Amino acid sequence: MTANSEPLSARAKLAVTAGKAAAAVSRAAGRGSGSVIGGKVALRLEPDLLARLATHLDVVLVSATNGKTTTTRLIAEALRAAGPVVSNALGANMPAGITSALAGGSDARYGVIEVDEKYLAGVARDVEPKAIALLNLSRDQLDRAAETRMLAERWREGLAGSKAVVVANADDPLVVWAASSSPHVIWVAAGQEWKDDAWSCPSCGGVMQRPGDDWFCGECGFRRPAASWALSGEHVLDPHGSAWPIHLQLPGRANRANAATSAAVAAVFGVPPQVALERMWQVQAVAGRYDTVQFQGRDLRLLLAKNPAGWLETFSLIDPPPTPVLLSVNARGADGTDTSWLWDVDYTRLAGHPLFVIGDRKLDLAVRLEVANLDFRVCDSVDEAVRMAPPGRIEAIANYTAFQDLRRRVGN
Amino acid sequence: MSDNSLRLVWIYPDLLSTYGDQGNALVVERRARQRGLGVTRVDVRSDQPVPTSGDIYLIGGGEDRPQRLAAERLRRDGGLQRAVGNGAIVFSVCAGYQILGHEFVNDLGQREPGLGLLDVVSVRGEGERCVGDVLADIDPRLGLPPLTGFENHQGVTHLGPTARPFARTRLGKGNGTGDGTEGAFNDTVFGTYMHGPVMARNPQIADLLLKLALDVNALPPVDDRWYEALRDERIAAATRPE
Ligand SMILES: [Zn+2]
Repeated sequence: MTANSEPLSARAKLAVTAGKAAAAVSRAAGRGSGSVIGGKVALRLEPDLLARLATHLDVVLVSATNGKTTTTRLIAEALRAAGPVVSNALGANMPAGITSALAGGSDARYGVIEVDEKYLAGVARDVEPKAIALLNLSRDQLDRAAETRMLAERWREGLAGSKAVVVANADDPLVVWAASSSPHVIWVAAGQEWKDDAWSCPSCGGVMQRPGDDWFCGECGFRRPAASWALSGEHVLDPHGSAWPIHLQLPGRANRANAATSAAVAAVFGVPPQVALERMWQVQAVAGRYDTVQFQGRDLRLLLAKNPAGWLETFSLIDPPPTPVLLSVNARGADGTDTSWLWDVDYTRLAGHPLFVIGDRKLDLAVRLEVANLDFRVCDSVDEAVRMAPPGRIEAIANYTAFQDLRRRVGN
Repeated sequence: MSDNSLRLVWIYPDLLSTYGDQGNALVVERRARQRGLGVTRVDVRSDQPVPTSGDIYLIGGGEDRPQRLAAERLRRDGGLQRAVGNGAIVFSVCAGYQILGHEFVNDLGQREPGLGLLDVVSVRGEGERCVGDVLADIDPRLGLPPLTGFENHQGVTHLGPTARPFARTRLGKGNGTGDGTEGAFNDTVFGTYMHGPVMARNPQIADLLLKLALDVNALPPVDDRWYEALRDERIAAATRPE
């Protein structure tokens, strides 16, 4: 897997060029960045292009339900200490988008690749990664997603024969179940706030016991592995027991956990934790997430939360009451069309915040908040909500397409 | 009902709480409290015995393997059957609905015995998964407004002679039998394929369960403004031409 072991074939080169041309046409036509269409054209010309492109790189794959885009950015930043990096930094995380991203990095030594959970096993087979980072697995888009445990099962099968070093979260039983088929695992105690997808043992179906931060199955003995890396407050503990301070511009416990995992991945490539963690400070807003923007003379912090686990992590990082909170939920294709997940989110955590509700499905959210016995106001637009909100920074939490709507409106 | 406090039992949140159906427990509890009732909510994990003294029992939807595990543990426990024998009210959704029947097809493709509390038998559908908004008319003897919900299942549920269809669909698949039926009920046990969760979109169902448990004909009104707005919007969205 060393760099430049084998030059690209003429056909593969042609595929890369054709893919770039298609991407340029797509951009010119105003269809976004063009990265996915470019990748699709390239893959059609040369089906094993992804594998061919990857032979020139030391590849890291990153997958999870939440935090994979941010973690991909953190790892990429850390590895730049060791050499040039190519990455699908904009989150195009299916095979076509990944191919397109890799095709853009002919001088790179490292490929840091975010992969959609459903495609991880296949992409891992194609690109023979040197490391795979697995953060968490939880319910997401239930109207069309595979069952969460089935995803873990597919990861488990896909990783069984992999030569990659798997860097996995010891605190998520589904991730542990998936990763423990791999012969080379580095466990990171990265924490798990959302536990409601892991009360049933993924191995035998027994009821999971979860005293404190520990977990084990009372039936079959499946249990939390001893971790060599850990997140501890504002520090990362390395395998030698040294504590390294985390410097992040990104807020919240979940991002500190992502930094801990990223430091463990960087160490696989010889980048020491201190260097890796210092470099992570560079990462600011990721595709607009966590960005603070000025809108109508107010500061709005934009927070993306796509599923119950994401909402829970977001509640833990917002400013305390009386900071106003704007909530926006849509149920378009990319969000999943079923809104019942709102009932798995503990909105009572928002008690004391003035709440403003917008989005296509504001009425679903209104009923949810009414049943939680919270005070809230339903508004027709972000403009109206911001006008109504009492002074101070506004925390704006939105799911996927609602977040895009919000960014467009507030000019981010 | 004992001690002037309603006992609301939520069955197996560790296995059957995947599709937001715990919202049903939240809505029933909220609407009981709004009427000044005390509520004791008991969440029963699948390694705990099911209490037999509850007033209302709720069971939600879940994935295929947890559904089998839940059926095995409920059969072994026997508490829910005893509670129904004592006159308890049961409301079940999707996977939970199938478990209350005589049998269903489990994740291994085998026929799995249910609890036999509803006269229904469920099999796996041949066609595509039923996913989307549903609009249906609830059995008129229950006196409820139209049913709105979201379905997401592959099951086909056939009703026997002692189960009545809970509703007749105008839009959506419901029981998946092609005869337009949705859900089933007898005197005290109800089943539906509707998520949403169903009580959030149909709070009158929560009130029906409360009336049955309290043995009263009417409840004081509560502010249904947001529920009504949501119902209107979902019914309009379901009936709007694509
Ligand atoms: Zn076990």
